[in-house]
Formats: sequence, C-alpha cells, structure tokens
Amino acid sequence: MAWTDICAFEDLVENSGICALLNGQQVAVFLLELQGEPQIYAVGNYDPVGGANVLSRGILGSVGEQIVVASPLYKQHFDLTTGQCLEQPEVVIPVYGVKLQQGRLWLNAEQQNQQASAA
Amino acid sequence: MQQTKQILVIGNGMVGHHFVDQLRAKDPLAQITVLCGEAQLAYDRVHLSGYFSGTSAEQLALTTEEAYQAANIQYHLNCWVEQINREQQLVLTSQGGSFYYDELVLATGSYAFVPPIPGNDQPHCLVYRTLQDLDAIAQSAALSKVGVVIGGGLLGLEAANALKQLGLHTHVVEFAPQLMAVQLDQGGGQMLSQKITELGVQVHTGKATQAIVAGAECRYQLQFADGESLETDLVLFSAGIRPYDQLARSCGLAVGERGGIVVNDQCQTSDPHIYAIGECALWQQKIFGLVAPGYQMARVVVSQLTGGELSFTGADMSTKLKLLGVEVGSIGDAHARTPGALSYVFTDPRAQVYKKMVVSSDGKRLLGAVLVGDTSNYDSLLHYALNDMLLPKQPEQLILPAASGAPLAALTLPNNATICSCHNVAKGDIVAAMDSGCCDLASIKSCTKASTGCGGCTALLKSVVDDELKSRGVEVKNHLCEHFAYSRQELLHLVQVGGIKTFAELLSRHGQGLGCDICKPTVGSILASSWNDYVLKKPHVGLQDTNDTFLANMQKDGSYSVVPRIAGGEITAEKLLVIGQVALDFNLYTKITGGQRIDLFGARLEQLPAIWQRLVDAGFETGHAYGKSLRTVKSCVGSTWCRYGVQDSVGQAIAIENRYKGLRAPHKIKMAVSGCTRECAEAQSKDIGIIATENGWNLYVCGNGGMRPRHADLFATDLDTDTLIRYIDRILMLYIRTADRLQRTSVWMEKLDGGLDYLRKVIIDDELGIAAELENQMAALVNTYACEWKATLENPQALKRFRQFVNSPDADENIVFVEERSQIRPATAEEKRQWLQQIPIIQLSTSELPVKALAEEN
Ligand SMILES: Cc1cc2nc3c(=O)[nH]c(=O)nc-3n(C[C@H](O)[C@H](O)[C@H](O)COP(=O)(O)OP(=O)(O)OC[C@H]3O[C@@H](n4cnc5c(N)ncnc54)[C@H](O)[C@@H]3O)c2cc1C
Ligand code: SF4
Ligand code: FES
Repeated sequence: MAWTDICAFEDLVENSGICALLNGQQVAVFLLELQGEPQIYAVGNYDPVGGANVLSRGILGSVGEQIVVASPLYKQHFDLTTGQCLEQPEVVIPVYGVKLQQGRLWLNAEQQNQQASAA
Repeated sequence: MQQTKQILVIGNGMVGHHFVDQLRAKDPLAQITVLCGEAQLAYDRVHLSGYFSGTSAEQLALTTEEAYQAANIQYHLNCWVEQINREQQLVLTSQGGSFYYDELVLATGSYAFVPPIPGNDQPHCLVYRTLQDLDAIAQSAALSKVGVVIGGGLLGLEAANALKQLGLHTHVVEFAPQLMAVQLDQGGGQMLSQKITELGVQVHTGKATQAIVAGAECRYQLQFADGESLETDLVLFSAGIRPYDQLARSCGLAVGERGGIVVNDQCQTSDPHIYAIGECALWQQKIFGLVAPGYQMARVVVSQLTGGELSFTGADMSTKLKLLGVEVGSIGDAHARTPGALSYVFTDPRAQVYKKMVVSSDGKRLLGAVLVGDTSNYDSLLHYALNDMLLPKQPEQLILPAASGAPLAALTLPNNATICSCHNVAKGDIVAAMDSGCCDLASIKSCTKASTGCGGCTALLKSVVDDELKSRGVEVKNHLCEHFAYSRQELLHLVQVGGIKTFAELLSRHGQGLGCDICKPTVGSILASSWNDYVLKKPHVGLQDTNDTFLANMQKDGSYSVVPRIAGGEITAEKLLVIGQVALDFNLYTKITGGQRIDLFGARLEQLPAIWQRLVDAGFETGHAYGKSLRTVKSCVGSTWCRYGVQDSVGQAIAIENRYKGLRAPHKIKMAVSGCTRECAEAQSKDIGIIATENGWNLYVCGNGGMRPRHADLFATDLDTDTLIRYIDRILMLYIRTADRLQRTSVWMEKLDGGLDYLRKVIIDDELGIAAELENQMAALVNTYACEWKATLENPQALKRFRQFVNSPDADENIVFVEERSQIRPATAEEKRQWLQQIPIIQLSTSELPVKALAEEN
C-alpha cells in the first residue's frame, strides 16, 4: 500500500476542507468533529458534475445518516464514505485511505471506497 | 479504460434536446454528438407564436452553445443528414461529413404539409413551423394586407392569430365542415367559429381549395371547388404535419403506411441500434404531435441506454389552450365514439360557452369532454378521466355553472396521479419535494421541473401545493431543513434570545444531525446579523459558502472574481488606474457590472490575497459581491452636474452605501438613488429606492429587477435625510429579522400579512413599539463594521486557506484560460482537451506571483 505523508494535522481545518496533491491527483481532505472525535475523510477534489476542482471548498453536513459534502458549484451532495452522489447515484468520486501518524496526515494513493477514521 | 459508446442524435428540436439533456444528467461521461438541421440549437416550438408578440429568439432558446460546450456535447449546426449506412454504422451529411455511431437516435420531428394545390409554390405561400418560417411570414406580412390560413386545426388557428397580430385582415379556410375537427365535436366547433368570427377573423368551412392564381385586388386568388373564390396577399399552409421519415425509409427501416418511423415500446426502430423519438416516431400506428409524449419517449431511450427499464406506454392527447383569446379544451373521447357512451351538453348562448362531457354507459367514469369559451373545469375533468375516478352521482354537476365554484380537490388525487405530463411529475413527487423542504411554488418548480415545459399544468400544480400546505398546517411549512425544525425567523429569535454565538451551540440545543449546506450558511448569516463577528473566525469557518469563505465569487471553472467596493459608483482616476494595473498584473478579465462597479474575473484561489493586498493598500474595501448582503447603491449624477437634478444623489448614495455595507441579510440587497423624478438610477427596481424631490426624498421599498421583476412601492414622501435613514434602518432590520432564507424583499413584502399598510404602521407609526430596538440593532452593526479583506490580510491563520494545495505550491491545472476580444476567458472542455494533448494555447503562469504569506508557510 502506497502511503504518502501529506501535512500536519494542524493544517486541516475543522468542519471544513483543504486540498492535497497526491501523485498528481487532487484530493479533498475534510476534518469533522463527530461526538467529540475527530474524523478525517479524503475524496477526489474534482466535481464531475460541475467539471471543476472545487469539492474541498464545499460545505460539510449530513443527509439522514450519510455524511456529505455539497459541491459549491451546483450543490450536489457526495457521500464522503462511498463517494456516491446523492442526486445522481451513477456519479461516484474516488475515496482515499487516511491515517494519522505522529501528528502527520497520510493518504493512500490507492482508491478505496471505505472510510478511514482518525484513531 | 473502457471505450464509451458513441451516441449520435439527428435533430435538435424540442425532443432531441430533451433527450440530450436527460442523457447527460444520467451519464456524465457518455459521448454525445448532435447533428442539427436548423441554424440554431433547440428552441421552444410550443411557444413559437410568442416570437410575434415580442419574445426574442434568445428567449425561446431551450439551451445555448455555451451550455452544450460546458456539458461536453458535440454539436454541428446547419448539418443536414442525407443518409444512414447501417452496415458501417455511419451517417452522411449533405456537406459530405460522416459520423460513426454505436447507438443512433432519430429525433427529426416533422414538417408542415403543403397540399398539392397548383400554385402552392409561389413566394408568399408559406408554412408555420420554424423560426425561419416566422421571419419569412413577418417579411411577407409587411408587404401584405390580407392573409389566409389554409387549415382550421389547432395550429391553423394559432397561425391565424399571428397574422391578425401582424395587422392583416385574416381568413381561415377549412376543408372539413367545422374547425378543430380532431378535438371538438360539431357543437363545439360551431361555437368556436362564432366566437372567432366576432373577433374579426373570417371563417370559411367546407371549402376545398383547388388552385392559387393571380388575384385582381390582392396578390393571389384562392379558387374553391364550389366555384367561389377568395382574394389574399399571403397564404399560410397549416394542413397538418408529416414526419421526417425519409432517412429511415431509404435505409430500409420499417415505416408506417401513412408515414412515421415504426418503434416498439422501447422506442427502438426495426434496427435495435437505432431509436426514434418525438414527432417522427410511430407507436402502435399513432404519431404524437405534442411535446409531452415526445419527452416521455426521450426518457425511455435514456433509460434504455443507461441500463434502465422504462418503456413507452402511450400518452394522453388532451389539450387546453387559448386560441385567438378563446379558451378551448378537449379531453379523451370528445366525439363519444366509445360504444354506449352518454353525452351531457351544456350551452350558454349569451356567454357563448359550450361544454360537453362524455361518460361511460353506467355513468360512473368520464371518457371525454369538450369545452369552448370556458375551460375552468378542465383540470378537474381531466383528472377524473386520467385517474379513472368514480364520478359523482350527478356527473352533470361537473360542467354546470353552479359547480364551477367547486374546483377539483387536489387532495383527493392519488399520489401517482400525473400533475405535469411534460416532465412526468406525479403528485407523489411534489409531496416528496415538499417533505424535503421545498415550500413555495418556485422551489418546487425548480426541484421537480413541474410546470417548466408547456406550462399547461401551472394552475393544477398550485392547487396541489396549496392544499398540501394547508393540510400540513402553517408551522410545518417553513422548517429550514432536516436539521432544524424551525423557520429562519424562529432560529434568529432563538439565537438572539439565547445569546447563542456558534453553530455548534445552536445545533446541540435546537437541532439534530450535522447540519448541511442550507442551514449552515443561514445560521452563519443570522450570527453575522446578530453579533457581527468576523465571518472567518474559527467557529464560523465551516458555515460559509465558498464565496464567503474566500471572500470572492466562485466561477464555473473554480476560479474567482473580485469586486472592490465603489460606493455610489463614484471613483477617482487614481483608483481606476489601480484597478487597471491590478487587472494587468494578474491578467484578469474586467467587466463593468450593472451595479456601477468593476468585476475582475479569473483570479485563482492562491492569488486572492496578493490581489487584495494591492487593492487594500490603495484604499479599496471589499465589495461584498460574494455575500448575502448589501451589494451596491447605484446613483445618477444628480444636482451636482445634471441640469435637472434637485438633490445630490451621489452624496446620498455614498453615505447610504457606507452605512449599510457588509450588512448580512437573508438575501442580497440592492439600492439606488436618483437625483430627480426622471429616475435615471432606476431606483424603483431596487430593494430600497430613493428619488429626490424639491422638498427631500421619496422612499420606495421592495422592488426587484432580474428574474422576477417587481415595481417598488412608494413608502413615504418628502423625507429629510435623518428620517429617511431612520426608516431604512427599521425596514432593513425588520426584514433581516422576519424574512425566510433566500427571500428577497419583494417576495417578503408579498408574503407580509397586511402588506404595505402594515409595514407603514410598524415602521412609521411604530405600532409594535419596536422601532427603537430596530434602530439600536442597526446602530450596533454599523459601528462594528470592518472590511473583511483587511481583517483577513492581517490574519495569518485565515490566509493559510488561500492556496490550492496544502502540500504543494502548484496551481490547479484544470483552470485554463484562452484569449477572446483581447482578454482571458475560461477554456471550454474541448479546448482543455486540446491543451492536454499539447496543442499550444495561451496558458497563464501563476508561479510568477508568489503570495507573500504563503511563501513563508512552505
Ligand atoms: C406553432 C406551433 C405550436 C405548437 N404548440 C404546441 C402546444 O401547445 N403543445 C404541444 O404539446 N405541442 C405543440 N406543438 C408541437 C410541438 O412543437 C412538437 O410536438 C415538438 O416540437 C416535437 O419535437 P421534435 O423534437 O420531435 O421535433 P422538432 O421540434 O420538429 O425538431 C426536429 C428537428 O430535427 C431537424 N431535422 C429533421 N430532419 C433532419 C435531418 N435529416 N438532419 C438534421 N436535422 C434534421 C429539424 O430541422 C428540427 O430542427 C406546436 C408546434 C408548432 C409548430
Ligand atoms: S435622475 Fe434627474 S438628476 Fe439624476 S441624472 Fe436623471 S435627470 Fe439628472
Ligand atoms: S404539463 Fe407541460 S409543463 Fe407541466
């Protein structure tokens, strides 16, 4: 598994996103506070509906049980654990593996559409 | 990578366009190519006649070339297909081009049929089908006095109306013994003839035209089989339509005896890789000459191509329309051809109303109806027919005048009843949209698309929505979203009373879940208008739309635009030079806005701080073009220069803009000040409009331009400046307190119980005793104003966010510009592809402009 050291945990913005470059791919990384526990999610930064690299600048939230980011362009919601677009289920964005080691954020270049927690 | 299928569409009429649109929405990657026979992309043929009453070609357009480019749809205009080669899966065009397809969709529609009458090919013998046809009609009408429409069907009468509007003395000639023989029975047809004749259009039924020869008084003479004749300058054929099926015919696809490309329930032709939809398709021996069934076929093919299972099951051909100002409706079996059918007929010769309903032999079901002169019962009748509902004991009640007062109870409709057939929206879809938070017609329309096709279902949609709202009770209807069971107004109250300062606190005390892109910005705005904290303070960061987060307006390619404040539109030459220099240095596209300031486009995220550093250093402040807040106070030049001006409108505009700048509100706010009653600043189309008088200022409120224009209401006259400002303070604060999310002042006023009078009582007479409180709240906001960009530039933590990548100084390579009219513009998808293939086009280097604050970071 190809893990890449990206940045310090402090570089993440709580309840919001940043964008990282991982082997030439743009990855949106979000930090969420869930019941007092920080959770980190990483998905592709490219919004296939709007056709621009903007998802890291979307608003985080929940739709029912699903944790989502809303694209700032046309407001479609993408599930952060599966990458699926709620409004257009046939559209799926990549989801990347995440780990925290000694205060550093690492991303896994292999797409894996499952969630990683910041344990 | 798996090869995606090449999908080729012939024809870009209404149905062809709907297909492309739906397919793109379902499959963002499909390769779609469209060959359009006409000179422009699809337009609204249904409302074509509007072209003669002022609707422009642009307004009729259903899409634009830019939209197709952005959606990555290849298209070729003026591209007529001559031949299909099924073996090689190629189509050939008249210009010699050839296109390969994996799946081919024929959406060629139909053409106007011109009966084989000798003389039918003369210059002023025209048809009514395309924009080009209409241009030709207008040109010919300008040289004519008398016009004849041959054909008294639906379209013929619409065409007659157009000729009448063009100022011609108009006749309609119909071969059958009555008008609209397809839709109306004899009684209905007679009533219609009578009404139309009274409107000044002469109707000639039972006339077979045999020749068009040179006229004596007019250009031509029509000669009829019965020996009579009619003089006219212009002949318009509206004798029916014929499907464009030649392509299918010549490549051996099955076609109907009387034309039309045969399709099955999947809209497949006899070749499984070729589909036909819209007016060119023949399904079970029927051609559907309406858009709604065509749209349905388009959806069927989209479903087939994307692994779905939708099939076409026929369509209802009922119609309701206004012809020459006469209301006409026809439902189902209008001619009572069903065995055993019974008819009820009601005529009112004085009001010239004719109504007939056809019921089943047991009197329990409605089979059809004809309405002329009054179609108020149409919706309820149609729903009895379509939903197979049991008729009341005395069905005649449905068309008798006493019953007109009792409209269809929408609540009794089943959830699967179709409300909008153009977009296939059932009542259940509307209820679901309302469950998920849409609570007014506008948002329901935009979310379900209901009522955005032919518009025929507007009244029904409204009654469904109203009834549904009523049944839910008023409290339920304005819940902000699934996370807060409160309206915006209630949340604002909770925030202010509870002294709540953060979203997290509000959510844990009054909400559930994590929030979303609806409640977060709303609460962000409420917090800002309540406490005026810096919007990028840590707890507020995640609440803001990207525009508020980065204090700039995101454009379609992810770049931003920058708008410095130019209060009142007044700017010094030095400052103009600064803006120009910044635009040059950062290679930005500049455009003057409607609000009298300058918009700079094409800034990358990481350039924003450097751009603003330059602007702030030169004395500019943020223009809040990104926020739901005061935008601009437009002004005319006023008494200082203008020979008509009676007050200094510029000075007043600047003072007002500086007072309310940065004020966060439920939606954007625009204002204007004119220096005299000539109103050059267009103040009456603004949320707050001020017009100078000899004695002071007239205050107008709650106007709007844009999509839903509303003329502002005159609120108070001849005010001195102090009173003027006090009133504006109070009105704005009341609006901020009580409006719904994203509700402009115009809609707020329309929904305000008691309207303008009530507003005057609260603001001028202070009947609620809150005037002082409103003023104090406003004063607090005014006194704590700070320019957000200045604050941001001084805050290294906030500046950290202005970079594309947390771990690299690179720029977003998907943002690419090309040059147009000596400035940059975003590259289209096609241009980007070329660029990726190393075909050189201008690309901007961003590394030349490192941002100070960021350089230290890395
Ligand atoms: C004045 C008027 C009023 C109407 N009012 C109503 C109404 O109130 N309600 C309603 O439901 N319907 C109405 N209709 C009918 C409605 O407009 C049609 O049902 C609808 O436009 C059909 O869509 P379509 O895409 O199948 O065909 P079209 O809109 O005719 O589009 C077909 C397109 O294919 C192109 N084409 C054909 N052959 C070729 C080829 N070989 N190569 C390239 N391109 C080709 C044509 O140039 C055309 O642009 C009205 C029509 C008219 C003319
Ligand atoms: S509104 Fe009156 S004062 Fe202002 S520019 Fe027009 S004419 Fe002059
Ligand atoms: S039925 Fe045409 S828009 Fe709804």
